[in-house]
This record gives sequence, C-alpha cells and structure tokens, in this order.
Amino acid sequence: MKSAMGIILTGGKNDRLRELAEMRSSTAVPIGGKYRVIDFVLSNMVNSGITNIGVLTQYSFRSLMDHLGSGKEWDLDRRNEGLFVFPPYLAGEHSGWYQGSADAMYHNITFLKRSYEEYVVVAQGNCVYKMLFDGMLDYHIRKNADITIAYRDMFDFPKEEISFMGVMQVDDNGKVTDFKEKHKNPESTICSMGIYILKRELLISLLEECISHGKYDFVKDVIINKLGSLNIYGYRFDGYWRNLSTINAYYRINMEMLNPEIRYQLFQQHGKVYTKVKDEPPAKYNEEAEVRNSIIADGCIIEGTVINSVLFCGVTIKRNAVVKDCIIMQDSVIEEDVDIESLIIDKNVYLSRGIKLKGMANFPITIGKNAVI
Amino acid sequence: MHNKEIIALLLAGGQGSRLGVLTKNIAKPAVLYGGKYRIIDFSLSNCINSDIDTVGVLTQYQPLELNAHIGIGKPWDMDRINGGVTILSPYLKAEIGEWYKGTANAVFQNIHYVDKYSPKYVIILSGDHVYKMNYSQMLDFHKENNADATISVINVPWEEANRYGIMNTYENGKIYEFEEKPQNPKSNLASMGVYIFTWEVLKEYLIRDDQNSESAHDFGKNIIPLMLGEGRSMWAYKFNGYWRDVGTIQAYWESNMDLISRVPEFNLFDPAWKIYTPNPVKPAHYIGPTGSVKKSIVAEGCMIYGKVKNSVLFPGVYVSEGAEIVDSIVMSDSVIGSNTVINKCIIGEDAKIGSNVKMGIGENIPNELKPQLYDSGITVVGEKAVVPDGCQIGKNVVIDSYITEQEFPSLIIESAKSVLKGGETE
Repeated sequence: MKSAMGIILTGGKNDRLRELAEMRSSTAVPIGGKYRVIDFVLSNMVNSGITNIGVLTQYSFRSLMDHLGSGKEWDLDRRNEGLFVFPPYLAGEHSGWYQGSADAMYHNITFLKRSYEEYVVVAQGNCVYKMLFDGMLDYHIRKNADITIAYRDMFDFPKEEISFMGVMQVDDNGKVTDFKEKHKNPESTICSMGIYILKRELLISLLEECISHGKYDFVKDVIINKLGSLNIYGYRFDGYWRNLSTINAYYRINMEMLNPEIRYQLFQQHGKVYTKVKDEPPAKYNEEAEVRNSIIADGCIIEGTVINSVLFCGVTIKRNAVVKDCIIMQDSVIEEDVDIESLIIDKNVYLSRGIKLKGMANFPITIGKNAVI
Repeated sequence: MHNKEIIALLLAGGQGSRLGVLTKNIAKPAVLYGGKYRIIDFSLSNCINSDIDTVGVLTQYQPLELNAHIGIGKPWDMDRINGGVTILSPYLKAEIGEWYKGTANAVFQNIHYVDKYSPKYVIILSGDHVYKMNYSQMLDFHKENNADATISVINVPWEEANRYGIMNTYENGKIYEFEEKPQNPKSNLASMGVYIFTWEVLKEYLIRDDQNSESAHDFGKNIIPLMLGEGRSMWAYKFNGYWRDVGTIQAYWESNMDLISRVPEFNLFDPAWKIYTPNPVKPAHYIGPTGSVKKSIVAEGCMIYGKVKNSVLFPGVYVSEGAEIVDSIVMSDSVIGSNTVINKCIIGEDAKIGSNVKMGIGENIPNELKPQLYDSGITVVGEKAVVPDGCQIGKNVVIDSYITEQEFPSLIIESAKSVLKGGETE
C-alpha cells in the first residue's frame, strides 16, 4: 500500500486509566505481556505496506518516544520515509501544546505537504486490533468517498463504556448519517474505531480551513462538521477491536487475550505484532510452579501458582505465592506466601512476604510503578 | 580507520559432526541452545560484554543459517561504523582459491582483515562453547606477563584429561609444555580454545606455518607447540566458571538440562552479563487451562495445553492437550500432537510429532549405525521431520531431518534404529 501514508494520534491525558497513564501516554501503556498499545496500530500499518508514518504525541510522551526509538523494530528506520515522531514544539506564534487532534496535525502540516502518497490513514494509537488497511482503502475508492471511517458494532462491550466513544449511524448504502462523540446516552452500539482514510490533499485543506476558523478537534470540527457537505462512508469491521478507554477496559483486554480465538486474531492473523524487546532469557519454571490459563513473558521466574493472569518480562513469583486474575508488569517481584487476586500491578513493584490483596474483576485494584508494599 | 587495541577472530567453521543430525544442515556454532540462543551467541556476547567491538567470524561449513543469524551484528550492538562484526568466508584469490585448511590457516588467510585495524592483540575464539567469560581480564593478565600468547585453561576431571589439549605449567602459570590428548596427563588444565596473541608475534608464526607443507595449519597441533619450542613467553590463564564443549549429543543434552536447576551454575538471568541473540517476533507464551509446566524453560510464542517437565522449549512450540514432555529439548516451532508422550528426546526445529506417539521407550541400546554418536538413551529428531500418529519410537533412535510420514518403514521403531532419508542404508 505504497499509495498511503499513516498518521497516528496519541491523544491527551486519559484520567480514566488512572495510575497507568499518569506518567505515560495511554498509547504507551504495557499490554499483553510484552507490548505497548501503540504496537498494534503501528504493526497494522507496517503489515499493510505503509512505510511513511507520523506519530503525533502530546501528553507525557517520554516513555512513548523511548519505546518507538528510530522505528527499527517495525522496520521503519528507513533512508527515505520511515517513522517520524512529532512532539509539541515552540516556534514563532505557536505556543507549544497542541490544542486538539486537528491542531496537532496542522502544526506538522509540512509532513503532510512534503509526502507524496495520495491517501492518508489517520488512526488512534490507543486501540487493540489487527486489521490490514488495504481492504478499507479499496472500499474508500469503490465508494468514491471523501472520507471513510472504520466502525464496529460494540454489542460485546459494556454500555457505560460506549459513552466514552464516538457513536455513528450508517445507512444501508454505507453512508454515515450521524456521528456523536462521547454521548451520555448512546443511541446505538455502532462505534467509530478512530480510523479514517482520505486523500492527503483533502486532509491538508480541511485542516487549514478548520484552524482558520479557530477550531482544533479533528472529530468534532472536521468530521462531524462536514457530515452534510462531504461524502463520508463507514467501513464495517467485525474482528476483535478494543479501545483503551478506561482502566476496566484495560483489565478486560488483557484477560480477553487469554481466549484462544482472540489470541489467534491478534497474533496469528494479518501479520505479526512488532514491538521493542528487552533481551531476556526464556521464562524459567521451578518444581513448585502451577500455571494455568496465563500469558508469561521472557525473563519470568515462577515458583508459585499463577492462574488466569498476564505476566510481563522479568516478573518473579516466589514459592507459595498465589496469583489469580492479575496483570503484573515488567520486573515486579511477588514474594513468598503472597495471595493476590484481580490486581493490576505496574512495573517494578515489590510485594513483600505474606501480603493478601483482592480486587474485583469489575473493579481491579491498581498498584503504581515502583511501589513497595 | 581507528586502531583497535584488540580484535577477535571467532572460528565458526566447525561441523560438530558428533552432534549427528543436529548439525546435518547447520554448523555447530549455529545449533540452538538454552531455549532461545545459538551456541555462537555466548562468544559474541562475551566479546561485547568485554568491550571488544570488532569481531571477524570465520565460517566455512554450512554457513547459511549462521550468516543469517549474525547479520550485521545488531543484537550484539556490533553494527558499528568502525569495526563491528564481519563474516569472513573462504574466498578466491588471484590464482588460487582454497578452503580454510585448518584453524591457523583460516586466520592466515585473513591477515589483511586484522591488519586493517592494526591491533596490538588478537583473541582467537571458537564458536563451539557455552560459557561466560570476561576477556578483558584475560587481556590484563596477558599484558602483565608481557606474554606472546595466553591460553585460557580450565580444570577438567583427571579421568577426562586425556580427551583435551593439556597445558603443563609452572606454579606462576607459565606454560612449559603442551600435550594434545596425552595418555598419561601431568596436569588437568585443559585448553578452552581461547587464545590471546600479541599480533605481531602471531603474524610471523602464521606466515612461517603457511610455508611449512608438513603442517596441519592448526593452532593446537602446530602454532602453539612451535612457539613453545622456540621459547616464546606463553601463559595459562585459569578460568573458574561454567564452560562446556557441548560437542556430543549427551553433553549437549546435559548442558541444556543444567539450566533448569533451581539456581543454575550457568545463570542466564545475570543482568550484568547478558547473552544477546536476535529476538523472535512472537507473543509472550501461553499456558492453557489444561497445561502444566514444571522445572523447565519455556520461550516466547509457545502454546502449552499439555504437561511439560524437566524440559527446554524454544520459541513457538505447540504442545497439544494430553501430551507429556519429560527430560527433553524441543526446538523452535515444533508441534507435539495430543496424547503424545516424549521422554528424553531432542526434537529439531519445525518438526511435527503426531498424536498418540510414544517416544523414548524401551531398552537403552546404542544406535546400530552410529553407536558412538547415539548411545546415551537420547532419541533425536531432525529439523522439519514428521512423525506419524500412533508411532512408537525407542531409545537412541535417529529420525532424519525432512523425513515425511510416508518414509517411516513402520509405526514401531525400536531402540537403536534409524529412520533416514533414502532408507537405513545411508
């Protein structure tokens, strides 16, 4: 898909992710044992043959920049094109922080202008899914659309969380007739996946128009504003797709990765998921290890019981510890006789001997980075 | 070109013929080890961890896998503008083209590569061993003694000393005699195949050795004895860590099994001395609701629905429900069928073992065709082999690589038998 370039929006602060996104962009939150959320959209683009990709960062982007590096892991360290990361900057009258997604793109409009691809795929970076964009682009061209938005029926997602998403109505012909963002009482479960395809020239002119009117948000001020005047089509996607909207969604996505069908969709279908890897030895299980229905990353040492859990790189579970329904991030240590259930444990946490702590599946307890308990 | 104080030459041309079917299509340094690595990763990682960033890798036997593995040296941080890793394969010269005739000849043929960096010292390594060693300490020792050559040695059990090159030294470590596989060893200090030479001295000996048509052009057989005979200053540097040659099926199996003990002597988890290798692009591994893993090493991308005990699993292995793997090594991307029981086997990459198979059963009698290779009770399956459903396979059996179901003579392969491409006559 050499005819398209990619833009990844990483969004602002998301308080609904609580401690997890306090010091990192929601797109840089660790997920599934070894990934960061942004790996999915980046890999999707790379697997679709897109090799010119800009990542617009705003909130707490240090860990994201550290993760992306030169783009080597995604094969994006290219002589021409490749990966470009655009943090906010100060210049002339520009005040620094981006005031919205359209503003972020507008301030890097040179990137759009000097690229040569005919189309742009604009996508949110905080979603977990595997999709090749080729089919969507074909659809976009076939429908002669100005803008195409990917959508999914979120019947399998809690109602209260749909109110954090963009809800659309699409007619029989595929045309988008209504689009409401973060509506308190959503009228349907048809949700925007935050993936847009349009011509590069059109995006440039829409952004220029939007900013000249003092508006800054791509969804509200460009898409919704142009519903009447442009041909905006919806492209239906039926595979697994999740948005990292809340801490509960985060917990659920990790747990859903234990499901073989979802694992197949995420890791075996439509190409690989690339990520930056730490050089760790393979996981080591000692005699007493009891592990069931769990994802375990490299570098783990397991001597205790682990059930229905996701363990990231370098986690240690000591003897007689029982870990159930937990997500434990990189380098955390769970000491002997600890008994925990439904916890989200951030990086480098130390749970000392004998601690008992239980959250609930619909209200997991989060333990912040570097905590010692 | 900046000068380097020391550069490394890594001899990776050995076939490792005693590893049988494991080295049929790859050189010994490329053999998988420890759930993730290839044997050569240890020498390469030792180099970069010892601040040696310029390494020439001399390949000869089946180099394809090895070359692909090393690439431009990225995993070892050796993709450098000045130095880095260079693959040195045999090449044609103006009139003659020849294979490397011996270890010394291999280095002789690459004198110009070494000279490019004008190093004061060279370290000659072998890509055949697993160990973690700080070469810079050995270099310090070499400099302190003003040595022409320093040979790294390790204490081996006396009863095995006759299988090694043995260094006889004075108390201070100076070598006065070298004996290759002595009948009556006077010492148990065995050469580890790690040499530091002062380059100027070595170069002179390599040129002289090349002109000697009687020579086997081998470091152990020719260069070292000649230098000793001429009274060069040669020192033994004693190494006290874990070092294994993993040159036989049994040694290979045992060394992999050493890694699964609770606190292994050979610790790969040491953050201060990491072993690097290209990382597979695979998700973290998954243990299913019916799976169980004990005393084992499991790499990324594995999916385990059966039981795994005392075993080493490489990336992407699939263990079906009801299967049991005990005391075994299963290499990358192999599939183990349901209700299959595997006992003390080495399964090569990408092999497919059917359902209801039993492997490693029956009497422990040495393999009929190659008793010296397969005599330790371990059954070995080559890469991309397919073992049919319901097959019963004994001990010390060899299943050739790329064997298909149709090539199995029967569903019962007794101990000591071989299933080879083109029949057992090979």
